[in-house]
Amino acid sequence: MPEITRDEVAHLATLARIDLSDAELDHLAPQLSVILESVASITGVAGDDVPPTSHAIPLTNVFREDVVVPGLSAEEALSGAPAVEGNRFSVPRILGEEA
Amino acid sequence: MSAHTNDTALMSYEDVLAAFDPAIGLEVHVELNTASKMFCGCPATFGGDPNAGVCPTCLGLPGAMPVVNAKAVESAIRIGLALNCDIAEWCRFARKNYFYPDMPKNFQTSQYDEPICFDGWMDVDLQNEAGETETFRVEIERAHMEEDTGKSLHVGGATGRIHGADYSLVDYNRAGIPLIEIVTRPIMGAGERAPEVAKAYVAQLRELIVALGVSEARMDQGNLRADVNLSLAPKGSGTLGTRTETKNVNSFRSVERAVRYEMQRHGAILSDGGSILQETRHWHEDTGVTTSGREKSDAEDYRYFPEPDLVPVAPSREWVEELRGTLPENPTVRRARLQAAWGFTDMEMRDTVGAGALGLVEETIAEGAAPQAARKWWLGELARRSNEDGVDIVDLPITPAQVARIQALVDDRTVNDKLARQVFEGVLAGEGSPDEVVEKRGLAVVSDDGALGAAVDNAIAANPDIADKIRDGKHAAAGALIGAVMKEMRGQADAGRVRELILEKLG
Repeated sequence: MPEITRDEVAHLATLARIDLSDAELDHLAPQLSVILESVASITGVAGDDVPPTSHAIPLTNVFREDVVVPGLSAEEALSGAPAVEGNRFSVPRILGEEA
Repeated sequence: MSAHTNDTALMSYEDVLAAFDPAIGLEVHVELNTASKMFCGCPATFGGDPNAGVCPTCLGLPGAMPVVNAKAVESAIRIGLALNCDIAEWCRFARKNYFYPDMPKNFQTSQYDEPICFDGWMDVDLQNEAGETETFRVEIERAHMEEDTGKSLHVGGATGRIHGADYSLVDYNRAGIPLIEIVTRPIMGAGERAPEVAKAYVAQLRELIVALGVSEARMDQGNLRADVNLSLAPKGSGTLGTRTETKNVNSFRSVERAVRYEMQRHGAILSDGGSILQETRHWHEDTGVTTSGREKSDAEDYRYFPEPDLVPVAPSREWVEELRGTLPENPTVRRARLQAAWGFTDMEMRDTVGAGALGLVEETIAEGAAPQAARKWWLGELARRSNEDGVDIVDLPITPAQVARIQALVDDRTVNDKLARQVFEGVLAGEGSPDEVVEKRGLAVVSDDGALGAAVDNAIAANPDIADKIRDGKHAAAGALIGAVMKEMRGQADAGRVRELILEKLG
């Protein structure tokens, strides 16, 4: 299992919008590497007859009928919002990205 | 405002073609017309009160679990089949991770490397200069299922756009409405017709979606949204250059204009020794230019992974074949069949389709009207009314059966063309059936020889010079006397019979 590099951790942190200092990167990168290695040990247990899977239970085609069911009222939907204006969620402007 | 003014260098279109081969790629998002959303039971309509059509699932609240809408899967498969795609035997949804408040989950549920439909094609019809139809095959790479995002309103700033906005207000009613994204392979070899091919592809795709009945497919309402990819390669190289992606081009005409604009912009940069920045660009409908959006960079690393909350979709072959049986006749094939049956010229056919009257004309003919008569009324009188009233032609308060009946009244000489227009007026005004309108308005023409004979005598007496000409064999002069009779009879005389009477009396 390849080890995860400090640069990769820094890149992931950027993507995940987590602001890590150099000291934190030094501290966390090796830890994440150890975690990945531990998880990777599972591949040693699974035989060749066990394909990788994303879902533990072999289920397919779980559908719902196309029927409208009542959800939340606008009041309920907005009740947890830090800021509201005109029944809309008010969010800080986003820098450097487009609508 | 200054973001829109643009001093971008453009190369002349002819020079671009002399030096480069264009390649286009189109990504079209189709918003399905299901009753409920893709993964929850909220209504799949937006435009109502903000955030009144939401629930824990489409708001991405902790613990909420999505469940796939069966009808959306069905629509996806039908679109794929109509585009000659293979339908996956097994495929998964994936999370597309990004940080933007239009998706409260911080990811969009989409499909990544396992689209439900793949490897299809559509033959696009183009008219050449001689007015003949030529076919250009567009290959479809994939059509996959995903969900729409919420709608943001940017507050503050000069333009209402995000640049300079102080904050944004988000309505999640649209978040979670089912979308099908249809992606073409790079379309090469179109040369100077690249803009036209792009436009024709989107127009024909829309027609197919309408025939399938899976979406309202209105570009002006955003039910159908096109992203236009374009790149240029040195002429004859057979390679692909660096592309730009122009987002949300929302009319057929704009698709054509955006391709042309980007060709000219790329041409200017490349011929000047520059290189194209791979980026998203924004189309400005008003000024007809594109401006830079964001660079493809780290932010484009979406870290897709299989959606653990949804189980895979594995459409049985029986289901797929059953859905294949529900496909409407391919619109291109249908047009060719109807045109041959009706004997319309290419121009007449194009106008009929363009007016959105193909189905109406077809039904009117099925009700017994002659093809040219059906076309004449729908594209003349009724198209005019539809424009004047700002009503879609299909929504006019008149049925194809009523149009056919009015034509039958013309055919049996109960009314003439001029009176028929008044019958249309009456029917559209809700005065009843064509026969009732004729009755109530007293519109039937008079073909009774007694009444007509008296009027003809009056006309002859009042116009002795003209009568003499007719006696001398100048039958063309009869028109003036017919006009006089018509005036006396307030337009309700049978012109054919009047002519016969005049010639009998003066022959």
